Amino acid sequence: MTNPVAPSALSRTISRRSLLLAGGALAFSVRPAHAMADELVAAMRGFTGGAATREGRVKLDIEPLVENGNAVPITVTVDSPMTADNHVRAIAVFNQKNPQHDVIVATLSPALAQARLATRIRLATTQQLVAVARLSDGSYWTHSVDVIVTLAACLE
Amino acid sequence: MARTLIQVPPTAKRGEVVEVRTLIAHTMETGYRAGADGRTLPRDIIRRFTCRFNGEVVFSADLHPAIAANPYIAFPLRATVSGKLTFTWEGDNGLSQTESATLTVT
Repeated sequence: MTNPVAPSALSRTISRRSLLLAGGALAFSVRPAHAMADELVAAMRGFTGGAATREGRVKLDIEPLVENGNAVPITVTVDSPMTADNHVRAIAVFNQKNPQHDVIVATLSPALAQARLATRIRLATTQQLVAVARLSDGSYWTHSVDVIVTLAACLE
Repeated sequence: MARTLIQVPPTAKRGEVVEVRTLIAHTMETGYRAGADGRTLPRDIIRRFTCRFNGEVVFSADLHPAIAANPYIAFPLRATVSGKLTFTWEGDNGLSQTESATLTVT
């Protein structure tokens, strides 16, 4: 009776498997899911005035795979009752890799039923977007999304 | 005068949420594109959109070149009283256009 798997072959499979696992772990450690790009952090500072931002309450709705960057529908929704003493004052959207990082800065009022804004934007390339909401209590909430753009908007 | 499309339901029940949808025909020239002669086309965008309800600003937005051509902006409004919605678009080259719609609350 001989062992069907020779010791050398066994060690080779193990080492290959461990290598794959190590590679997977490396890929995750290099790019965490919600790391915000430096350009976005800098662009947001102009809107927040350096105030602390938290993730959540905001939802930036956009297709993850954009076929045409010339007109990309986006919807920003903020979880807020929109009453006189608890509402969303402003919603801003920033991009990472267009020539200008600003997209839109909207000012809302409690007359709106919900804190929601829909528009269509241009995207120059595959990049990250962020939506920031300024609430009436002075807090800032964000949601960042990565999108892949296959046909860029003509910006050159 | 640029063509505009404004969609507001003519009537609404008190307290109902109505979706206000606006669009204006405009190229939103970014200022980064080259024309047929190779020169960069000057920027020509709409910079500001304002919506007033009975004279009071309920929604406004600063637009940047990253907004697509023919800017479309939609937002939900709570129908509490009947009134007049006025929409103003202001932009480069002295552009300023105002349109209005009426909302009747039943």
